[in-house]
Amino acid sequence: MKRLLFILPILVFAGLAAFLGFGLTQDPKELPSQLIDRPLPEFALPGIVEGGPGLASASFRGEPRLLNVWASWCAACPQEHPVLERIAKEGFPVYGIAWKDKPEDSRAFLARYGDPYSGMGSDFPGRTAIDLGVTGAPETFVVDKKGRVRFKQIGPISPEIWEQQIKPLMQQLRAEA
Amino acid sequence: MKRLAMLLALLAASPVAAVMPDEMLPDAAQESRARAISKDLRCVVCQNQSIDDSDAPLARDLRVLVREQIAAGKSDAEVRDYVVARYGNFVLLKPPVEGDTLLLWLGPFAVLLLGGIGIAFWQRRRPTSTQDAAPLSAAERAELDRLAGSDN
Repeated sequence: MKRLLFILPILVFAGLAAFLGFGLTQDPKELPSQLIDRPLPEFALPGIVEGGPGLASASFRGEPRLLNVWASWCAACPQEHPVLERIAKEGFPVYGIAWKDKPEDSRAFLARYGDPYSGMGSDFPGRTAIDLGVTGAPETFVVDKKGRVRFKQIGPISPEIWEQQIKPLMQQLRAEA
Repeated sequence: MKRLAMLLALLAASPVAAVMPDEMLPDAAQESRARAISKDLRCVVCQNQSIDDSDAPLARDLRVLVREQIAAGKSDAEVRDYVVARYGNFVLLKPPVEGDTLLLWLGPFAVLLLGGIGIAFWQRRRPTSTQDAAPLSAAERAELDRLAGSDN
């Protein structure tokens, strides 16, 4: 009993250290999405080309798609861009929302880095991004055949994240009824 | 005198909010409700500031949104729920007492309780007074004298 009391502070310290140590491995910037397994919020955005096609939530039906929230001012977006191009090349449709970005800046970005997107909407006022619970760019949503959000990637998609997490999920969603 | 004036000036200065004049509602009562709600909503970009304090563009969007909702006749609770539905309980600087926030709310009291139990143990184990000790037996006294090397 006495022995136990003696080592108790050490045990408490070890427990606290483990708890706080685990806390250090968690990124507080990554808020869990409120949208997982819920339908994509409704939106109907204009395009980045005047008079050109926009992007509406209603079109997210029938096949699983990626919805990438990005901006020309976003520092990590050029870094993510080659991965998006690869995803599109592998046959998975990527749609984009240019968040709080002037359409001419969005167009200039795509002209410079290439355009892997199957469709693009411009959310200059930022209201759709709030409905999506976006906290920063880039963020990417995986939307299933029924228009429900199944996964959210906060920050750029790295080749590893695509290979190990998102691609298997997209393949699984394609197989779903 | 100069120093005193400077101190007074410092005291008079209040923390400046990030709200811009063009964001404010014309109705003073509605604007003060918006300020109160904004002070309780976390800026999801900077995290340790409220949207009322933050200059982040997203915080500004949320301030404008809160004001739009109030102007549209929503109650304070409805406005808060609107934001929580999109960003989760984390945006509330004072989270509600729920299953996953219990540790947050009860943790400090649990630590206090454990400390109290520890102190109670320690107090009980400590001898209350020296009079409780039994007097030395004759053999103990002799041994003590021997160890002390005294000859009386």
